Amino acid sequence: MDLKEKIVSSYVAFEDGVDVNTDIHEIRTEAFQNFEKLGFPTKKLEAWKYTSLNSILKEDYSIFPDKEKTINLADVKKYFIHDIDTYKVVFIDGKYSSFLSETTHDAIDVCLMSSALNKAKYKPVIENYFNKVAKQDNLTSLNTAFAKEGAYINIPKNTEVEKPIQIINFTTGSVEATMTQPRNLIVVGQNAHVQIIERHQSLTSNAVLTNVVTEVFADRDATVDIYKIQNDHIAASLVDNTYIEQQSKSVVSVHTFSFGGNITRNNLNFYQKGEYIDSILKGITIIEGKQHVDHHTLVHHIEPNCESHQDYKGIFDERSTGVFNGKVIVEKEAQKTNAYQQNNNVLVSDRSTINAKPQLEIFADDVKCSHGCTIGQLDEQALFYMQQRGIPQKEARALLMYAFANTVLESVKIPEVKERITKLIATKLNVNIGFNL
Amino acid sequence: MLKIENLHASIEGKVILKGLNLQVNPGEVHAIMGPNGAGKSTLANIVAGKEEYEVTNGSIELNGEDISELAPEERAHNGVFLSFQYPVEIPGVSVTNFIKTAINETRKAKGLEDMPAKDMLKMIREKSELLEIDRKFLSRSLNEGFSGGEKKRNEIFQMAMLEPKLAILDETDSGLDIDALRIVANGVNKLKSKDNAVIVITHYQRLLEYIVPDFVHVLYDGKIVKTGDASLALELEAKGYDWIKEEMVS
Repeated sequence: MDLKEKIVSSYVAFEDGVDVNTDIHEIRTEAFQNFEKLGFPTKKLEAWKYTSLNSILKEDYSIFPDKEKTINLADVKKYFIHDIDTYKVVFIDGKYSSFLSETTHDAIDVCLMSSALNKAKYKPVIENYFNKVAKQDNLTSLNTAFAKEGAYINIPKNTEVEKPIQIINFTTGSVEATMTQPRNLIVVGQNAHVQIIERHQSLTSNAVLTNVVTEVFADRDATVDIYKIQNDHIAASLVDNTYIEQQSKSVVSVHTFSFGGNITRNNLNFYQKGEYIDSILKGITIIEGKQHVDHHTLVHHIEPNCESHQDYKGIFDERSTGVFNGKVIVEKEAQKTNAYQQNNNVLVSDRSTINAKPQLEIFADDVKCSHGCTIGQLDEQALFYMQQRGIPQKEARALLMYAFANTVLESVKIPEVKERITKLIATKLNVNIGFNL
Repeated sequence: MLKIENLHASIEGKVILKGLNLQVNPGEVHAIMGPNGAGKSTLANIVAGKEEYEVTNGSIELNGEDISELAPEERAHNGVFLSFQYPVEIPGVSVTNFIKTAINETRKAKGLEDMPAKDMLKMIREKSELLEIDRKFLSRSLNEGFSGGEKKRNEIFQMAMLEPKLAILDETDSGLDIDALRIVANGVNKLKSKDNAVIVITHYQRLLEYIVPDFVHVLYDGKIVKTGDASLALELEAKGYDWIKEEMVS
């Protein structure tokens, strides 16, 4: 039985565990039918031309790991940003771990999607926002069909959340391959400010497939900063579907750091529903072996006077492959748009590949849209120069690559996150030098 | 200190050096002059270990040790410094952090701990004053957007920080105005001691008014064809290179 059939046939069992007489379940059922019709994406679809999921769809995934797993904090502490105080919403194999979490209902809600979907007091928010910006494509539909658990964050207006919020999904799958469908909803009120760190971490060498959907709503003047740390086990694959809707004068940034994992696909979508909005999309990808990272971004400029800034850096070694597909749509009404897109790549090995595709659809005539894309190798003369000053070749390469990626790191606002990423880069590049450039 | 014997070298099949001999002792300043294409920069790059060049014959010894098989960084750790004719721009790495990394990697290679931050700062302050380098300049990306003169001054600043045994200055005077030339030369002179040596590669006699050489060599067609004292540089300035070519023919 292939994975789609397995998923379809298990839906009855899923329905046993949820309240089927709700509006939410109607949304789920509709999404389920959609997935049943569409199936998994194939390379025939333009959006999946360079990313094939075939190799990971062959696994015999356990779809609802039902055994309760516990993990020791000491074993997983390293995956948290632990040197600062944070809220934490932690899941183990898709199930909430109260032990590892630190949630709150004190002025803000940092809690669980399962509560939000079931409790009456959250109903107005769920009705207004749940599945409202998510696209109805195959994998998002799959997630929606099984939407049950994840992080629910609701920040009321004029609230500055002092502590960053960490959303961490652990997968233990110690006996079998595991598939999870986390579903997050983040609603940020007028003039509120929140910082979120998201991570998916497998603790097993068995295959893991995470298909996560996150919806973010930023109301007027809100500021939202999201940091996605993708440094997972080599047997773990991730499809991250993030949908962000912004109202006037809001600023939302998403930094995606892709260093680990098997196949990673990021579908990052911004919809600008007001004026004077700023959308910031940044990424650093450093991969090797046969790793594959695909960034599909969309910025939809719908109203006038908005900006978007994209800056993605990629370093590809060995036989790794990368994709950058950056789509910018500027609607006819969206005059005075300023859309900037930059994608720079370094192919360290002769056998690594990057497929880079800027895609601009501009229907307004008074706009500033720039895009630049480069693919190159490390500068040999620069390497010689650095070696001549006593910096060994390996370190010199690392320093050049770090400097190359550094423009993205500069805009990280949480110092501890910046430090962590810097260390991850040093580890990834296999050097022991303190980058502090 | 440096002993080059019968050095033959080529790049991409093109023979550049054709049996070059050169001996440099501690405390000496050597100038290498010669027409374009004679092989001056090639010589500098080969001593520094640039891999594109193929040494087909001969030897390069530094303090009695054959260095011709060593990687560029190993030669640097042994005290070889090359001031580049065209210093490379490295965006994203500041001058200060680059030199810190260079010093600490060199110390690491010698089994030493990192230089304490306080000592490093003190040294940076002293050496930047010596070369009249503005503090703000040090936090800029290495060579990025530097003028020709700033790049060369920055090279000598790095030399001052690294305290090499053998410094090769490859056309350090090109692109310098007279004030910058004086500052650079003054820096080099201050760093000179009885234990280190300097090779100055130049087209013009001008720099040699400030850095007075003990020996002047004429490199022509891959070989050193004439050696003299500082007065040879003046003669070359006055007469050009043709008389040397004629001398060789006869």
